[in-house]
Amino acid sequence: MTTVATPIRLTQARVAYSEWIKLRSLRSTWWTLSIFAVTTIGIAVLLSSIAAAHVTAGKHLGFNQVTLSLYGAYLAPLTIGVLGGLAATGEYMTGMIRASLTAVPTRLPVLWAKLGVFALVGLIISEIAVFISFGIGMAILGHAGAGISLGQPGVLRTVAGTGLYLMLTGLFGLAIGAVVRNTAVAISALAGIMLVLPVVTNLLPATWTAHFARYLPSSAGQAILFVRHTSGFLAPWTGLALFAGYIAAVVAIAAVLLKRRDA
Amino acid sequence: MRPARICSPLPSVRLMIEAKGLTKRYGDKTAVDDLTFTVRPGAVTGFLGPNGAGKSTTIRMILGLDAPTAGKVTVNGRKYAAHAAPMREVGALLEAKAVHKGRSAREHLLALAATTGISRRRVDEVIAITGLTEVAGRRSGTFSLGMGQRLGIAAALLGDPATLILDEPVNGLDPEGIHWIRNLLKGLAAEGRTVFVSSHLMSEMALTAEQVIIVGRGRLIADVSIAELTAQSRHSVVVRSPQAAQLSGVLAGAGVRITSAQTGVLEVEGLDAETIGRQAAAHGIALFELTARNASLEEAFMELTKDDVEYQAIAAAGMTGSGRSTR
Repeated sequence: MTTVATPIRLTQARVAYSEWIKLRSLRSTWWTLSIFAVTTIGIAVLLSSIAAAHVTAGKHLGFNQVTLSLYGAYLAPLTIGVLGGLAATGEYMTGMIRASLTAVPTRLPVLWAKLGVFALVGLIISEIAVFISFGIGMAILGHAGAGISLGQPGVLRTVAGTGLYLMLTGLFGLAIGAVVRNTAVAISALAGIMLVLPVVTNLLPATWTAHFARYLPSSAGQAILFVRHTSGFLAPWTGLALFAGYIAAVVAIAAVLLKRRDA
Repeated sequence: MRPARICSPLPSVRLMIEAKGLTKRYGDKTAVDDLTFTVRPGAVTGFLGPNGAGKSTTIRMILGLDAPTAGKVTVNGRKYAAHAAPMREVGALLEAKAVHKGRSAREHLLALAATTGISRRRVDEVIAITGLTEVAGRRSGTFSLGMGQRLGIAAALLGDPATLILDEPVNGLDPEGIHWIRNLLKGLAAEGRTVFVSSHLMSEMALTAEQVIIVGRGRLIADVSIAELTAQSRHSVVVRSPQAAQLSGVLAGAGVRITSAQTGVLEVEGLDAETIGRQAAAHGIALFELTARNASLEEAFMELTKDDVEYQAIAAAGMTGSGRSTR
């Protein structure tokens, strides 16, 4: 791909290509992506089948069957989030980071490249997973007469937006991994923020939590999972933007630390 | 195979490593203490000192992996990170394995090469040079220490760099591999490159390096050529003769020291083998053996650092101790 005429020098695009080689050449990438796709789609099948049984019993679902088919998104921190975390911590845990930063001593291009490549790969895989989940879910519910088409208001936004949310969760994992530089700590931190924090918040008196619960990273990001506005959540895009803001903040910390810390 | 640029560098480019007052402290521990040295091109320069002397930290500072607490270090006239194509300037082998175990050797090299636009062909070249062709598709986690070391050297060679910095390259290599790396280093230096190699083994440096920078406890102890170091060391001649006592009398004189550890064998200091042979012949003394013996460079090293009494014991222990465990 490089010709003789191409000058040998460091560029951001080349560092991004290097990161793509790194990502694709690890078995763990494909394992984690497979687990991610299987759980996301599997949960859609499971929950849609259960819901279909309820529909025949005469229950009304509103638009919630869309959310049901996308419910695998709640497990994202443990699947695509782990993959994102590994993309960063794998280098520190193995010592690869020293080779990477020797090749790219300006350092920051490595972080941007990791984020960029992961965003692209994560988005493609996530969108595929959510559209398949939605398709299968609606096929199952359709038999019960409760299918919803993509053309109905807000449905396409919900499905495509859920893909975005999944990709962002992966980036969140990556950014946390770049800060803490340790796989176990990164996964614990991500799961703590995305899975444990909302549970703990739920246990607290609602009079307290009503003020901030919707601003938690998990609630903010998951606002996009609902077709209709749901109480306790921000508006879909506002929530997703806030979630992206949290990630940007962690990325900023990661960038400063990457530049300052000894590798 | 080598581009012309390496052999005929631009006149303005200084192909050398220059450290000035380089210092690294971790809390109240000083790992590298005010190191100033220059590594010149066209020769193998050894970076010698016991484990913990600050060699790896110094190398990491040269590469910008660690930030110096004080002082600075440049490669070919600039800070390493300031070069447009760092891998083209410096190829580095780091002491700790800097490889993701789950990735194949070829993919590892491809990923590093990609950052600077180094061709796939060059990747295959360095794989061949380092003898990894047959295992290039295997995950590096399955590699032996020696193969891992070869992979690290392959990565260092990727950019066909003007300067090579290798941290303990013979570690884990089998005798054939050690022989290979010695010749590789000498060959690279002969091409006009700057070759900087750390080791805790004086014996290893004696075989590859022309110049040695010796450090202990993070401080510079000596910056000398191997020739100078050898010249400073003790020479003696072992003589075996049935007339040892008579010979001893003949050779005795100012500046000559004669010891005899065993009957019929003399160890003579202060005279060379030729003089002793002629003297013996002149007096009709039969000689069974006449062997010039140079003190090992380990001894020379201790001779050099004998004033630094506090350091000496540690250095000696480090040198011989590590030397034995490596063999």
